[in-house]
Amino acid sequence: MRLTCPLCGERDRREFYYYGSDDYLNRPSEGAAPDAWDDYLHLRTNPAGITHDLWYHDMGCSSWLRVTRNTVTHEIHAVEAIAAPKASARGAAK
Amino acid sequence: MRYSGLKVITEGLFGNKGWKPAWRDSAPKAEYDAIIIGGGGHGLSTAYYLAKNHGLTNIAVLEKGYLGSGNIGRNTTIVRANYFLQGNSEFYSHSMKLWEGLESELNYNVMHSQRGLINLFHSDGQRDAFARRGNAMINQGDDAILLDREGVREHLPYLDFEQTRFPIYGGLLHPRGGTARHDAVAWGYARGADRRGVDLIQNCEVTGIDIENGRVTGVQTTRGAIRAKKVGMVVAGRSSQVAAMAGMRLPIESHILQAFVTEGLKPVIDHVISFGMGHFYISQSDKGGLVFGGDLDFYASYASRGNLPMVEHVMEAGMTLMPMIGRAKVLRSWGGIMDMSPDGSPIIDKTHIDGLFVDCGWNYGGFKAVPASGWCMAHLMATGESHPVAARFKLNRFATGHILDEEGTGSQHNLH
Amino acid sequence: MRIEGRGQIDRTKPVRFSFDGRDYTGFKGDILASALLANGVKLVGRSFKYHRPRGILTAGSEEPNAMVEILEGNQQTPNTRATVQELYDGLKARSQNRFPALSFDVMGVNDLAAPFLSAGFYYKTFMWPRPFWEKLYEPIIRRAAGLGRLSGKHDEGHYEKAWAFCDILVIGAGPTGLMAALTAARAGADVILADEDARMGGRLLADLTGVDGKSGPDWVESVLAELRALPNVRLMSRTSVTGAYDDGTFGALERVSLHRSPAPHLPRECFWRIVAGQTVLAAGALERPLAFPDNDRPGIMLAGAVRAYLNRYGVAAGKRVTLIANNDAARLTARQLMAAGVKVAAILDTRPDASAVEECPVYLGSTITATRGRLGLSGVTVAHAAGTATIETDCLAMSGGWNPTVHLTCHLNGRPVWREDIAAFVPAPNAVPRLTPAGACNGAFSTAACLAEGADAARKALAALGRTAPPMAAPKAEDAPYTLTPFWQTPDVKGRQWLDFANDVTTKDVRLSAQENFASVEHMKRYTTQGMAPDQGKNSNVGALAVLADATGRGIPQTGTTTFRPPYTPVSIAAMGAGGRGAGFAPQRFLTSDQASRDRGAPMIEAGLWYRPSYFPKPHEKTWREACDREVLMVRASVGVADVSTLGKIDIQGRDAARFLDLVYTNTFSTLPTGRVRYGLMLREDGHVLDDGTTARLGENHYLMTTTTAAAGLVMRHLDFVHQAFCADWDVRFISVTETWAQFAIAGPKARDLLATLGTMPDLPFMGVAPVTLGSVNARLFRISFSGEQGYELAVPTRYGEALFRDLVARAETMGGGPYGMEALNVLRIEKGFITHAEIHGRTTAFDIGMEKMVSAKKDCIGKAAAARPGMTGPDREQLVGLKPLSDAAITAGAHLFTPGDQVKRENDQGYVTSVGYSPVLNAWLGLGFLKNGRARHGERIRLVDHLRGIDLLCEVTDPVFHDKEGVKLRA
Repeated sequence: MRLTCPLCGERDRREFYYYGSDDYLNRPSEGAAPDAWDDYLHLRTNPAGITHDLWYHDMGCSSWLRVTRNTVTHEIHAVEAIAAPKASARGAAK
Repeated sequence: MRYSGLKVITEGLFGNKGWKPAWRDSAPKAEYDAIIIGGGGHGLSTAYYLAKNHGLTNIAVLEKGYLGSGNIGRNTTIVRANYFLQGNSEFYSHSMKLWEGLESELNYNVMHSQRGLINLFHSDGQRDAFARRGNAMINQGDDAILLDREGVREHLPYLDFEQTRFPIYGGLLHPRGGTARHDAVAWGYARGADRRGVDLIQNCEVTGIDIENGRVTGVQTTRGAIRAKKVGMVVAGRSSQVAAMAGMRLPIESHILQAFVTEGLKPVIDHVISFGMGHFYISQSDKGGLVFGGDLDFYASYASRGNLPMVEHVMEAGMTLMPMIGRAKVLRSWGGIMDMSPDGSPIIDKTHIDGLFVDCGWNYGGFKAVPASGWCMAHLMATGESHPVAARFKLNRFATGHILDEEGTGSQHNLH
Repeated sequence: MRIEGRGQIDRTKPVRFSFDGRDYTGFKGDILASALLANGVKLVGRSFKYHRPRGILTAGSEEPNAMVEILEGNQQTPNTRATVQELYDGLKARSQNRFPALSFDVMGVNDLAAPFLSAGFYYKTFMWPRPFWEKLYEPIIRRAAGLGRLSGKHDEGHYEKAWAFCDILVIGAGPTGLMAALTAARAGADVILADEDARMGGRLLADLTGVDGKSGPDWVESVLAELRALPNVRLMSRTSVTGAYDDGTFGALERVSLHRSPAPHLPRECFWRIVAGQTVLAAGALERPLAFPDNDRPGIMLAGAVRAYLNRYGVAAGKRVTLIANNDAARLTARQLMAAGVKVAAILDTRPDASAVEECPVYLGSTITATRGRLGLSGVTVAHAAGTATIETDCLAMSGGWNPTVHLTCHLNGRPVWREDIAAFVPAPNAVPRLTPAGACNGAFSTAACLAEGADAARKALAALGRTAPPMAAPKAEDAPYTLTPFWQTPDVKGRQWLDFANDVTTKDVRLSAQENFASVEHMKRYTTQGMAPDQGKNSNVGALAVLADATGRGIPQTGTTTFRPPYTPVSIAAMGAGGRGAGFAPQRFLTSDQASRDRGAPMIEAGLWYRPSYFPKPHEKTWREACDREVLMVRASVGVADVSTLGKIDIQGRDAARFLDLVYTNTFSTLPTGRVRYGLMLREDGHVLDDGTTARLGENHYLMTTTTAAAGLVMRHLDFVHQAFCADWDVRFISVTETWAQFAIAGPKARDLLATLGTMPDLPFMGVAPVTLGSVNARLFRISFSGEQGYELAVPTRYGEALFRDLVARAETMGGGPYGMEALNVLRIEKGFITHAEIHGRTTAFDIGMEKMVSAKKDCIGKAAAARPGMTGPDREQLVGLKPLSDAAITAGAHLFTPGDQVKRENDQGYVTSVGYSPVLNAWLGLGFLKNGRARHGERIRLVDHLRGIDLLCEVTDPVFHDKEGVKLRA
């Protein structure tokens, strides 16, 4: 399996650390109901098909990546840095 | 038909023409008292104990493929009771007791072989952690012996004691640990359930779960609708998909675990060996193949196959621990789909829907749990109450913080 | 028997070898199997279950029978295919799975007991009495089973792994693969051509089929010459592509030196990871045996293999050969043998309507009803359209047609498709992304079709890569249609008909499995073990499917197939695990003081990937305890020096650095003044403790975080996640500086005095930090303590680490101090009640360790919400306590705690011990542990039980801090 890191290019899977579903990006606000935290931390749609999950370019640029891929065929559709949209927002603020 | 050595001889004398089907092929009836979705090890043992312990025989097991087509037929066959957290200890201890009588219980030789399991440790800290585990096992009534380096050498003289990256400090020996013939467990339970009147329905995929007013009323299948007031979802590997039919989201992520077998070799490894530092475990099958495995491939997947990084890691672990296996050749590799839960422990519980039960989240320890899982799931489905040895396997324990995390790696599904 | 003038071996170069202790001679270019056949050796092995005598069936890696042990010194390699092993001078081979000898194997009695050893018999017996399974039945079964033997000694061979990248990978170098490689290479693509044989050419070498007016071998050589001359082509012979993985990645095993006498400068094997943009699969096809009674005798071989031995090795597999086949193509075997002067007794054609015109007797509508010859074939009995015949023959060549080698197309779960016209499975379309099957593996069997498909597949691959293929004329070659009539088993005869030779599975076994309702193909496989042997069913799967389909009344396509999984051919653990032996398994990390510590005789122990000194022995000290006690007392009385550089160090900068730390730590860092250090507690998002450590504020927007050794990488990843996921727009950046700084603890009442000898030092308050200069070196001084004494840590750029360590130790020694190791460090921290990952083992909460007040109520932090779940706090939880035995006996970590008077059993478990140490200061063993509701139980007695180490004694439950509770010394 090979992922194309937006910064480093195409690399073997062994350079990356896997975290889990991109649900982890949707951290509830402080004081959210316990259910929201259960949802965030534990419950997963876990699709057999297209999924979005989080990978870390551990042996590369340290980017956290959101990968769109198929859990049945292992086909990879997209790889994007999770920080990218916010980074551009920051650029605009300057 | 009862199996025995004598029967094998008499049938052999008459050309083996008299052997009867191990189970019937049943067509689904319109209604059952209870339905078990999933004809794997856990589903079949649930059916068996529902019939045997609770007298429920008007029940069916629905299997989308062939009986035993899931992880029961693709694992490394290890049977052990070496957990240390309350909640796990008593459950696996119970399972071990059931294993120890399984051949006579089922009249089927599942080749349960208590050849001893040794967990190696490689530092003082690990020794203490394994001592804690071993003491917990003894407190539970199971067995454990702490071996020092020389003790390990007596049992496993072929390990690399000189050069290996993580020196061997000793090991925790679990004499009652061992292996069993995986497929035979599924077949033994299937045959046992069939003999008690359970309908085993293969090539019958559940496509929907019928719910009315918060109560389950039956299931839709590729072979028609079937009514039942009780439905058990026992489909580790596909739990999320089946639960979604009931509108549920489970605390499960599916991952691939690969395993490997070599060509047949004359006996060379007599124990089950677990090398935690390398995430490597190995035993030798009765046919002579070295059966071994390692860690997850780590990315969510339903592909039943893995990739090279973990393959190579497993082989490297084997080479640092026991380079004498270097010239054994890997014959086949395969991958199973694991229900990974956030704390590495399973779930056997009711759901918020009346009459709908779930048995899932076996991570990669489901094989040894097959007898007790069926026993406890049957108890739950029959009585509506959790069995005492499975009382902590609650679905809502993550919400309440009553975590059963043996590894201490936290609520990340793939770390257990 | 060698045939003069035939074969592609070098008859000027004899090669000596031995088999089962007897010496023989072959020639350069031989494989072990051809040399054995040339020497008249037909019996080479024993079967797995019945220990039946077995000979050579094939001429390739799919061989199910002819497996031997290769011996080199004290090393041996079991299960080596004689059909793959090339001959080299001094080769020693030994037969396997027989006792005492190949020609007389006592386990052969199994064959007589065969009626009782039917498929799955073992599931029905050996159940009583229960203990007999492990003690009697299983050991007997294990000894009888298995094939070759491992030596039990470490594999001392040399192995390698490597990566290769290419535009187009061509798998297989027969006519299809050569044509594909040539087409791709001429277009300028980077090409790898891999073939498992020692020589490329495939069946062109074995059948001598002509191409473009040249003989097969000549055409092969002309193509190879062109490919060799091209810089963009890499030819990899002796390389089996063993597995298809995701995204164009393939595993491949190269037999680098297995074909020659052991050469220390060469690896035995190399496992390749090949990454290809496009792949052409040209893996060819495998011939199928036929099922008839006792079809497993030595001398019964595949027809194509008989041709290979004749044409490639100049060996006649028998003196009087018989052919049985269900197709036209196999006739070539008889014709080529006759042309070479070998007697062909008869051609048996299973088809009643085939041609009978040959230069030998032809029996149409034939079936073999019996074979004879205990250790080698001597004759067959035939029933044919016109009657019966008995034929004396010592070699029977058989052909049941060909199976395309679809295996790699199944590795990503592709299901092959049944093609009725060739009675075989072909690859499913697009089974592996970016891979095109071509030629025989795709069901195209004529040489012309193979050449054309090879070129087409290469053109397709080139187009996908945006390249154009040069115009090339298709070479001319035979284009005979492939005609066969399927023949799966011999009807209405007695005796066992083998399907899976390697696992001893017969047609009866398959029918029995159907009779017992193991009727799905997977059940049949698992019940009979069909296809699970070393050849993984390459010779037998399709035949067995057909028999099962017949027994269940289904068609073959409806019956389905089992799954081919990697590897295509077995791969040694050593090759795939190359580099893992010894220390190679994981990186080793060494401190700058490593040599200095070793110079002092310190035993180095693993701490994660690091090596740290355990203790620094003095000449008179006999045990580690003596050294440890001395070092503890030294720190408490004067001064000790320890290398603490393994702790993770993360440099954090930016206007939002303070805000960021407030988010990742439970406590507040934005209020920390510059020049001060604070202890911080970090939670996982699930509310359990992730790590602890000190963080210093070096400037308004500059912090230096310290992590534990174990969690350094974890914390870095965690910080990256929190930053990139939740606050990427904050102005904060961080980097690991663990290896940038060497850091040393200087601890003890004379710590300040020692520092003073280095020059003017700032007068730091407890938990202060300041930049200092050592000579011209910029350093950092922290006043922090992990020992409970007056303590400092001095950090210098890594390159000065060793010098500073030696210098500090020398200065300490003039003051009655010296270095201290991990053992003393551990005792010091236990005396002080400081925790490590023995306590924060991933299940503990801030509440458990008495730090819930450190979770600030004023702000959010990672893990705060989950830590508030009901199960995470309260009296039912085990809480950190100190433990002090009432006697002076030793205690152990890993012991469990019970209320005195309670029965020692799981239900009464009150907790456990995490760390222990002997305190030479307090003259007592001390422990830290977790006890249910422990903070409310200080002063109580508790029973400590360690069954494993025979300890059962009473302890007093105490506060975890044993030494200097008020922290006076720390602040002195």
